[in-house]
Amino acid sequence: MSSIFLELREGLAIAWRAIKTNKIRATLTMLGIFIGVTAVVLMSTAIKGIDNSLQQGVSSLGSDVLYIDKWAWFSNEEWWRMRNRRNIEMEDYIKFKDLAKLPLAVAPVSNSVQTIKYGDRKVETVFLSGSNADYVKTTNFDFAAGRFYSEIESDGSRNVAVIGSEISSKLFPRGDALDKTIKIGPVNYKVVGVLAEQGSTLLGAFNPDNQVFVPLGTVFKNFASRHMRSITINVRAASPEMLEATKDEAEGIMRKVRGLAHNEPNDFSINQQKGLTSFLDSITIVIKIAGLFITGLSLFVGAVGIMNIMFVSVKERTREIGLRKAIGAKRRTILAQFLLESSVICLIGGLIGLIAAILLSLMLNQFFPTSVQYDVVILAIVISLLTGIISGLAPAYTAAKLDPVDALRYE
Amino acid sequence: MNIINIEHIAKIYQVGMEQVHALRDVSLKINKNEYVAIMGPSGSGKSTLMNMLGCLDTPTSGVYDFKGVSVSEMTDNELARIRNKEIGFVFQTFNLLARSDAVHNVELPLIYAGIPSAERKERARQALIDVGLGDRMHHKPNELSGGQRQRVAIARALVTKPAIILADEPTGNLDSKTGEEIMALFNEIHQKGNTIILVTHEEYIAEHAMRILRLKDGLIEKDEVVEKRFIPKSKEAVE
Repeated sequence: MSSIFLELREGLAIAWRAIKTNKIRATLTMLGIFIGVTAVVLMSTAIKGIDNSLQQGVSSLGSDVLYIDKWAWFSNEEWWRMRNRRNIEMEDYIKFKDLAKLPLAVAPVSNSVQTIKYGDRKVETVFLSGSNADYVKTTNFDFAAGRFYSEIESDGSRNVAVIGSEISSKLFPRGDALDKTIKIGPVNYKVVGVLAEQGSTLLGAFNPDNQVFVPLGTVFKNFASRHMRSITINVRAASPEMLEATKDEAEGIMRKVRGLAHNEPNDFSINQQKGLTSFLDSITIVIKIAGLFITGLSLFVGAVGIMNIMFVSVKERTREIGLRKAIGAKRRTILAQFLLESSVICLIGGLIGLIAAILLSLMLNQFFPTSVQYDVVILAIVISLLTGIISGLAPAYTAAKLDPVDALRYE
Repeated sequence: MNIINIEHIAKIYQVGMEQVHALRDVSLKINKNEYVAIMGPSGSGKSTLMNMLGCLDTPTSGVYDFKGVSVSEMTDNELARIRNKEIGFVFQTFNLLARSDAVHNVELPLIYAGIPSAERKERARQALIDVGLGDRMHHKPNELSGGQRQRVAIARALVTKPAIILADEPTGNLDSKTGEEIMALFNEIHQKGNTIILVTHEEYIAEHAMRILRLKDGLIEKDEVVEKRFIPKSKEAVE
């Protein structure tokens, strides 16, 4: 045991000596590994960041919420079939709400896209959600200021609005949005609430941070002609465990409300976050594979560089190997010497690459979600060690099996 | 007691389609504290014999016992071990590690013997003092003269206290005066009780030994005792 340790220590000392005596060459070789490891680590932190950010965004939709809609979010059905479905109207919502027993909350939602203005500032293509006071119960909203609009306000179709955090910071950089009057399209609305930051930038317009919430009646009154009063019914289950039961119940009630015969297909869709998650997963997996493939390629190029250098190094030191063997180095000692040399080169390159990647990802974090994880550190170390061992193996083996007589005679 | 006992060894190399008989049938015994020179023209098989004696190579047939242990049947690792512990090599071209200082070069065999660092350094220093390089411990080979380099190599050969010193043309790369100094050093080493085998093609170098083996065409042509042995002046006298 102790002799193996001793041999390892001596091997490391010899490897270190060899690296030190060939500084420029070792540095250039390290560069290859450095770039490879930086790329791989950076890519995996970026992927992690995208993942986290999407997950956050998706979870802001709520894992226990169903969205009953004319359109399916993800479906193989032809789009024109869905287009030909009847709209879901307020009457459907009222009947549904009366019959549904399981949901925690049910809210009608009508979305449209509007421009929001305050003074000279404006935000274009904002998702405007019209609903009633129950809507907030279908979400997990936190408020930075104010409150959600009340039942009285929504029943009376008052021009009051709750704005997302992004909208707030764009229109009111000083954070004094509450009680100000904003213009949605041509209509004045009073801000009664500002949401705390909810989701992630990657969801874009679907992120509550970029939305404005107003009473449904005002949407019908002010913007109705443009979307023909079709609504979505948001249904929140009592708990995530109750989601399936709530979904079954909702389907039955909707069929009844819509007056469907038992042989007719649904003329509505019940969407849920799960569908979105799996859709997003299918996108991110492509990004992951492509990203890791490309960065893996740069690591591979680095590894080929190391192998090349190690072969040159073995060739160049043929006589030295012969001498070492003549004075008692065993095959495995020579093998270990060269493996250690390539591993040390890779490890140093990898560690520098890791540091560079962490610094870079901290910088990139300002534009793009990244996330440095501890497992990435381990990944980088393992990758660089493995690269060192794999690319050093063939040259080291060549060195180990050299015949001392021939090696000593080598010119 | 004989250290080396060789009986009817042969070494055949396959070069392309041809078989080369480097050694045909060689038998010899070398005793402790002998000083043997091996001579012969190129192609006589003296290099092959030296490689065989140095356990760098194994014979195709025949018996080679080193201190009573059969070398012919040794594995690579056992050969490495015996080279490390029992044989001290001195080469014509010195074969020092160019970028390492004298101490590191000398301690190299001790590394492979698994000796701890402090003891290694101490023994390496002592060996350098023994060959008269006490003031050149941390010089690198390119900072040393040819004679000094060969002294480092001799210190490296001695540091493991081997059973035999195997010197292959040790003066071949040196001028005659320096060569003479090196031969004086060998004489000194021999007087301390070491066994030395010297390969050379120069008669006057061979005459430093007690016995000369003359090889020709893979056979021992003559095995003679040196009558008028050349005893060089000791190192102190030279200086």
